[in-house]
Formats: sequence, structure tokens, C-alpha cells
Amino acid sequence: MVEISRNTSRKIGMRLWLSGGWLTFLVLITLLAPIISPNDPLAQDLFASRLPPFWMDGYEETYYLGSDSLGRDVLSRILYGSRIALLVALIASTATCIVGATLGVLAGYFGGWVDLIISRLVDIWMAFPPVLFAILLIAVLGTGLTSIIIAIIVIDWTRFCRVIRAETMSQSAMDYVASAQAVGRARFGIMVKEIVPNVLPTIVVLLTLEMGIAVIVEAILSFVNLSISTDYPTWGGMISEGRTSVHQAWWVIVFPLIALFLTVLSFSQLGEGLKDRFDPVLR
Amino acid sequence: MTDNIFEIQNLCIDVFDMARKPLFGMTPKLQILKGITFNIQRRDVVGIVGGSGSGKSTLGRAMMRLIEPSAGKIAFEGKDITHLNDIELRSLRRRFQMIFQDPMSSLNPRHRVSAIIGGPLKLHGFERVDFLIEEALDHVGLPKSFKSRYPHELSGGQRQRVGIARAIALKPNFILADEIVSGLDVSSQAKILSLLQKLVLDLGLTLAFISHDLSVVRRLSNKIIVLKDGELIESAQTDALFEAPQNSYTKELLSAIPLPDPKQVWN
Amino acid sequence: MNSFLSIRNLSISLQNGERILRSVNMELDRGDVRGLVGESGAGKSMIGKAILGILPRALKVDEGEILFQGKNLLNLNSGELRKEIGANAALIPQDPLTALNPSHRIGRQITNRLVDILGWSKSEALKRTYDLLDEVRIPDPKRVLNSFPHELSGGMRQRILIASAFAAEPKLIIADEPTTALDVTVQKQILNLIGEMQSRHKTTLLFVTHDLGVVSKVCQSLSVLFLGKVIEDTSVSLFFDKPFHPYSRALLAATPKYNDLKSNLIPVSEEILNSVKDEVLKLDSEWSNDR
Repeated sequence: MVEISRNTSRKIGMRLWLSGGWLTFLVLITLLAPIISPNDPLAQDLFASRLPPFWMDGYEETYYLGSDSLGRDVLSRILYGSRIALLVALIASTATCIVGATLGVLAGYFGGWVDLIISRLVDIWMAFPPVLFAILLIAVLGTGLTSIIIAIIVIDWTRFCRVIRAETMSQSAMDYVASAQAVGRARFGIMVKEIVPNVLPTIVVLLTLEMGIAVIVEAILSFVNLSISTDYPTWGGMISEGRTSVHQAWWVIVFPLIALFLTVLSFSQLGEGLKDRFDPVLR
Repeated sequence: MTDNIFEIQNLCIDVFDMARKPLFGMTPKLQILKGITFNIQRRDVVGIVGGSGSGKSTLGRAMMRLIEPSAGKIAFEGKDITHLNDIELRSLRRRFQMIFQDPMSSLNPRHRVSAIIGGPLKLHGFERVDFLIEEALDHVGLPKSFKSRYPHELSGGQRQRVGIARAIALKPNFILADEIVSGLDVSSQAKILSLLQKLVLDLGLTLAFISHDLSVVRRLSNKIIVLKDGELIESAQTDALFEAPQNSYTKELLSAIPLPDPKQVWN
Repeated sequence: MNSFLSIRNLSISLQNGERILRSVNMELDRGDVRGLVGESGAGKSMIGKAILGILPRALKVDEGEILFQGKNLLNLNSGELRKEIGANAALIPQDPLTALNPSHRIGRQITNRLVDILGWSKSEALKRTYDLLDEVRIPDPKRVLNSFPHELSGGMRQRILIASAFAAEPKLIIADEPTTALDVTVQKQILNLIGEMQSRHKTTLLFVTHDLGVVSKVCQSLSVLFLGKVIEDTSVSLFFDKPFHPYSRALLAATPKYNDLKSNLIPVSEEILNSVKDEVLKLDSEWSNDR
């Protein structure tokens, strides 16, 4: 049999290196933020307000990427802000994945009334407009990191569920599942040992995509002041606050935006790269 | 102690006809098998032959209890297995195994050969699993080193052999082969059929061989049953069937085979 | 030598240098029915695809020419190729399910071909389609034309593809394992149909298959391929009577003949396979030395 595509491996390498690189860097600065931050991210200094980044006139020592209207160091705030971003990304997406994927696999594999109940649940759930849902939830639960994480799970698990259910159904129709049945393996055992390993690549991609989405959702919530209530820096919050001074101090918006963009991009590329690595056929 | 490995009596399988599903109300049923009756004796090699839509694959799956009959009775080694559930069937299953048509989809792409063959062995409590895996690979003519390979690292013919190894590893009394040579070219087909012949002799197996190709079935089987539209229309010893087919459909099947002979009268 | 279709020294390989076709030579006259026989991976489909200009992108032509009615198809750009092939050649593919667009009704798929590629008017195309369905003996053509592919049986779909292939009265048809996916009784009907259509329309037919039985029913001549090289090229009657190459003899011995119980099904032996492989690969080193 002629195998046609052979030069995809090089691309996989690049993608994984770049995205993995940025994310590792992010994890490092998250852990080392207190040590490497040039300034206290919360310290306000009205005499140091709106200072430009290091390559422009008017730059002052230690405010490498400039400062905002309250004199807080942009770089330090970005470094500390990465903690929130990563925390939300990892915890919220993992929890969403666990809930959604588990229900998806159960619905797809067992079918019958299990599928009926779960699918109806998904349909009804998805009828709620997500943004409204989030705002409602936070109004009820109050602001804070836990609320954001719960909001993300509540909104996004259905997406996981639908996709994984479809994937599971197509795997369940495969002969290797019939073979496991013919050998006498229990239904639950088949689900875990035969089907899940084949659904895993899809789950991984969705998970990393979800991480990117979680970061964005947190940023949006910060933007509308529904995120954490203290003035602990978040990238979304920085963008929101920087709106008022965008003409005089563009750096207050641009740098957190770049950080946001690179992070979300890296998550999605990581997912693509991991999926290709996981897929044994392409290995 | 009956000499019949399988006794099928009036087997009926109905499914919901999804193509004719109404907006409200009951979905009508489609009869896939309409009352099949036959026996398979110890050491028989039975060819189950029919066109697409004849129900032969469904018959195979019913015998393997992958689906539950709507009516009728299936007995394996004298024991009624028609309505047993998975747990009750488990210990029995070791004694009747199946080889599937498509080696691409019948081997889990994420399991190595050692897991594919070894998994069932461990499930049934065999010891010295490693040795048994190697023995099975040896029986089908594959090297021991293939244990660590994934299905995508094997050719189509090799995958098919792994499927056969998996089936014989449990040392069953009966094997069902569902169209296992249908996609293969002539040379691979001949190899697999020779292998199967050898295994039947060496391991004392009873075999049921599903195929749409009568010429392939003739080499292997001592008995043939012909299915059409869910009914068993003819059942005979192989030589008798080929020399003097009774049913007109059987005659049609026989005459439709293109022999590699330009002088064959074929219209 | 100006035969209808002339393939000279055609060599095709993958990007990494692995050879798919090794200096293939073939001459076809108008009205010939030639079988292309070989096992999977022998390259037989690739010849048909090269003629029609539908080779997978990862393959490249190393050398050779395909002279179709005097013109070298490999030298034409895509526009010229479409003109040359679109009207004069057609394909009957292996899998009728994937060859038809599942979201379009059948009628559209046939008439589109005639209207878009050949510039016929809609009414001409529709009339021709009805005539064709009649020719391939499809009952209730109106219902069939309004159906979607999945609503029809495999045999029916293949008839549609045959009708579609003959639609524009092409001079050359390439049939790529057209009956492999079909039941033996349906296969007989389809093969007879193809034979009928071919003799009625006097089309040149290149029939790709791995089944020697099929070849003996449909073709007048055949070429046997192994690893991309033509190792035997002869008339059907000669081949089945006295096959020349040891590989051909081994292939015949491996083909089940139900009425011949005494003969054992002998798989093609390792020795024969290896010796043919050596024979073929030896030419490779000479070939690359020449370049």
C-alpha cells in the first residue's frame, strides 16, 4: 500500500517546541514571579504614573514595560497575572474535561436510556445563552476564583460531552469492540480498556483548546469586573483598566494583550501537536 | 454428551427498520433472519454462504451471542445459550471464538500485539501468558518479535494473522471466521486458507466459515449451508452441493463464479 | 507507431525515491479490452490514474510518455488535459459509495458532468441520462434519478457509475476494480453489462483487477504487473493456456477453481516471489545508473 504523507513529522516538532516553549516559560514565571518581578505589582506610585517602556523616552529604571495610570509596574503585573491565567486554565479546563468527557463516553458507549438522559440534559443545558448563564452564576455565587472556575465548567462541559459522545459512538461500532465482547470482557472493562484509549487523542485536543478558552473567559470576566474582587492583577483586568489611557499609554493594554494572545495560541498549538504525537498511526 | 457443537433451531432476528421510522408511533420491524435451523457437529467445517443482505453475518454474530435472538434457540455443546447474559456467558466464551473480516478495525489500534492476544488470556485466568502468546504467533507463522508491534506497523495479511492468533490462543473448540479472506488478493487468500486448513487439523477445531465466495468455501468445508434473504435455502455435504445443487438460487450462485478459464460458458 | 493509447517507459515514484512504476510499456488499439492484473500495491491503479491525470500529489513522474491519440498527456497543462481527457476518457471507480456525492441526488450528478464539463444544455443532458439508465437496465429511472446514493443498492450504484462513465461516449474507459465490492451474482450482471456497453459503443477498455477469473471473462489481452513492472503482456487465450512467466503460473495456481478438487490451492511461494523481486530490483540499479 502506498503511504503518501511522510513529511508531516517536521511540522509537528516545530509546533510542539514553540508552544511547549512558551507555556513552560509561562509556568516558570508563574512560579518565580515573586523573585523576578522588578516591583510589587500592587504598589501604586502616582509619581511614576504612565511611564513608557524601556526603549522610549521618559523611561525609568525597573519599569521595563512601563507603568499604568496608577503607577503600577506593567511587567510585574503581567508576571503575577500569569498565575491567575494558568490557574484558571489548568483547573477549570481539567474539571470541565472530566465532567464532559465522562458523561460523553458513558452516553456514547452504553446508549439506550443512559444516552437518552444525558443527551436531553445537554440539549436543555445548551439552550441557555452562555454569557447570561455565567453572569447569573456569578451573581449568585459571588465573585472570586472558585466562581470563575465553576462558571466555566458549567458552561463548557456540554461541548466536551457532545464531541466525545460522537467519537465514542464511532469507536463502539468498530470490530475490536465486538472482539472484546466475543472474548467475554465485561462492558465496563471494554469501555475503559478498549474505547477510552482511542478517544484520548480527541480529549487531549479538546482539553488544550479548553485551556485557551478558559483564559479568555477569565479575561472577559475581568474586563466586566466580574472576576476576582481584589486588585490582584489579571490580564483581563489590566486590559479593562487600560482602556481609559490607551491614547497616552498604549503599553498598558498592548502587553497584557500580547501575553494573552501568545498563551491562547500556544494552548491550541500544543493540542494539535500532542494529538499528532498520540495518534499511533501517524507515529 | 451431544456430538453437536452448535444446535440452531428456528433462529429469528428482528431489528427496527430505521429507514421507515415514522414521526410518531412504532417503528416497523425488519426480519433479518427468518427461522434458521441447522447443526454443526464436532470437527465439521461448515461453509455459510450467501450474498449481501442474506443475513450470514448476522447469523454469525447471533451464534457468537453478540446479539440476542428475537426467537428460536441456540445451544452450544448442549447448553442453551439463547438468553444468557454476559456474565453467565463469560466462562463459556473461551470455547467459541471469532475471527473478523476487517483486520483494520478488529485490532485495537492503541494496543500492541502482546496486549491484543494476551488480554483475553489474562481475562480467562491463563498462566504463562507470554509463552502462550508466542505459541499462538508461532502457529500462524509470525515471528515472536511482532509481540511489541502496533497494528499499523503490520501489513494487511499480518494483521489478519494476528486476528487468527488471538482466536486460537484461548484454545477454543469452535471458531467462526467471518469473511476473513474477502478483501485479500489471490496470493494472500491462498496463504490464509492454507493456514486455516492446517490449524483445523493440528488443533482439532470445529470451524464455521462465512463467505460469499463459493470457490473459496469448497476447499475448506465438508458441509455448506446457503442463505438467501434471511432463510436457509439449501444445506448439503460439499461435494453433493457442487455436483447436484437443488435450489435454483444455489445454481445461480455456482454459475456466477468467473473461473480463470476463457472457455467457460458464462452467460 | 501511432496506436490509440501508447504508454512508453513510464516511471513514477514517491517523493523519497521509492519507485511505484518501473518503465511501463503498453500499446492499446481502439476497441481493445486490456486487463491490468496484479496484487495490491503492484501499481495497476496508478497507470489508470496517470492517464487520467489524477495521480496523488505525492507522486511524481520520473520519465516516459503517455501518448493518447498522438498527444503526450504528460506535457499538457491542466486546462489542455481537461479538454483532452474530459471528453474522451472516463473512469469506473472501485467503490460506488465513495465515488458518488452523498448529499446530491443521482440525477444531478450525471447531468452536471455533461452540462459543466461538456457544455451540453440541461434538456439534452437529461434526455441522455434517461437513455443511459435505460441502457444499463435500471427500472423506474425517474425514482432513481431523484434518489440519494445511500438509498440504492451497491449493484444499482455501480450501474449508475457505468452509465455516467459512458455518458459522453468516451473513447477510453478505465475500470478500476469495478466489481470488487460486489456480490458474485451482482458481479456477473455488472461484468456482462460492461461487456455489452463496450462492444456497443466500441470503447477501448482498460480493466484493472486482481481477479484472474474476471479477466478471463471480459478481456482479450492482459498485462501482469509486479512491483510496478510489467512482467507479462499477452493475449488472454495464450495466458490461460500457457502462462509464460513463473510468477504468472504461480498466480494461476493460487486461484481457486471450484471444479478442480484435485488441485491444491498453492500460495505463491517465497522463492518465486523473491526471484521476481530480484529480477525487478536489479533493473532499478541499472535505471538509476543511467540517470
